[in-house]
Amino acid sequence: MNGFEPQIVAFTCNWCSYAAADLAGTSRIHYPSNVRIIRVMCSGMIDPIYVLRSFEAGFDGVLLAGCHIGDCHYISGNKRAEERTAKLRRLLHILGLEDERLKLEWISAAEGGRFAETIKGYVDQLKQLGPSPFRKEATA
Amino acid sequence: MTLDQIVNETKAYYCLECGKCSGSCPVSRHNPAYSPRVMVEKALLGLENDLVYARELFSCLTCYACSSKCPSDVDYPLFVQKTRALASTRGQHGACAHSGTLQALSRLMANPAIEQRRLEWLSDGIRVSAEGDVLFFVGCAPYFEPVFEDIDVESLRPAKGSLRLLNSLGIEPVVLEDEKCCGHDLLWTGDVDGFKALAEHNADIIKKAGAKKIVFSCAECYRTFKEDYAKYVELDCELQHISELLADRIDKDGLDLKEVNRKVTYHDPCRLGRHLGVYEAPRDVLKAIPGIELVEMGRNREESLCCGTSAFTNCDSYSKQIRVERLLEAKSTGAEVLITSCPKCQIHFKCAMVSKGKAKGPDVEIPVMDLAEFVASALGVEDERQE
Repeated sequence: MNGFEPQIVAFTCNWCSYAAADLAGTSRIHYPSNVRIIRVMCSGMIDPIYVLRSFEAGFDGVLLAGCHIGDCHYISGNKRAEERTAKLRRLLHILGLEDERLKLEWISAAEGGRFAETIKGYVDQLKQLGPSPFRKEATA
Repeated sequence: MTLDQIVNETKAYYCLECGKCSGSCPVSRHNPAYSPRVMVEKALLGLENDLVYARELFSCLTCYACSSKCPSDVDYPLFVQKTRALASTRGQHGACAHSGTLQALSRLMANPAIEQRRLEWLSDGIRVSAEGDVLFFVGCAPYFEPVFEDIDVESLRPAKGSLRLLNSLGIEPVVLEDEKCCGHDLLWTGDVDGFKALAEHNADIIKKAGAKKIVFSCAECYRTFKEDYAKYVELDCELQHISELLADRIDKDGLDLKEVNRKVTYHDPCRLGRHLGVYEAPRDVLKAIPGIELVEMGRNREESLCCGTSAFTNCDSYSKQIRVERLLEAKSTGAEVLITSCPKCQIHFKCAMVSKGKAKGPDVEIPVMDLAEFVASALGVEDERQE
């Protein structure tokens, strides 16, 4: 599909990944504007419904980002996120979605550059995959 | 549909205010703030906002305990179904259990663009065919499997058991990869459009598959096809629950059932029991197994107590109390296994056992099995349990 611009929603944790996005901004690192960032307190509080509703709303990819394992501000929230992601991928698989549509990344507050790289890489990956079947015609 | 139309359609205007509904309601027993009689009263007084914005609108289990007692034959569960649809037009969707994950899955499934991979669980031992007269409707079990494995429920076991039973009866049913949720949960939480989309899709693919008969292992799918599809879509098929099919076979030819020396009790799912009046078929099947001792709970058949939640909404502390009440009743019979024929009853009972735990009150642990799974084991064709 020519000119396809994927839409991504990113749930980033308050303590690491949101700070990383902030750092990317203050460091003036460019990254694609395809992503909408939602700050949550911890990757462990991302309910499966957030992800399902994102796909329902027509997003092509969902990025969950939190602190590196062992660094979670709430000790083990990111472990929960990891377990939940595995489960969600199984559900999305049955629904016919590719595993890549749900991405889980650990990005620390110091990794502004890596945040930007992650978004760039993800946009390219989703461009390869094409639009989500749940994408609304109006936004395509 | 306006409130007036709902009152007319469900004959709520016949209400005598006798209170038999509230007296027999399992929710009212635990939650004094909820009363079906008061809900109907509000409708008759035209207090639409009081009804539509009431938290209690989503407390109803739609178990038909009230309507089966109603001297005026008011269809209270239908009244609730329609009023919830009215509420959803005002942005009221109730507090769905699991944050609404299961309703969201149903809505996502309704999208015509998706290509599901819902049959990957089919193992070599199960034979299905691409076309034929008999179709087996799997339902949402493939989606339930990952969601509920934490509480030790293998949601696919009823479906696998049913398929193995059908195979052993010489039937290789059609199973469709692009089958979708029957829409039960969406209909009962007020999303009529979502329900229609699913119903039309299912009716369409079943017609294309050329099936003459549909067999169900899920009581909710069965009720939805029998009662609701009849109203919303055209589908001319014979419908049968696996328990009815087995009862028929046992009656005609008998089955080579092995001896099972166990004491069991049977829980009537509301959808199969009070909704459709299927009480004896599951019992006949169980009684046909040699060595089995079937003991009844105090409240059985029409009097059966609901498992405590329906359509994955209204799950709260009252709902948990109902489940504990039912599990204690099952245990008091001295039965070793509690058998039911609705995958959701099984999920709700197991959930109560997990969250209750032995330390937090009475011991409610009792093995729960699906009827199809149990009979499959008596025929020696069951699946291995996962470790």
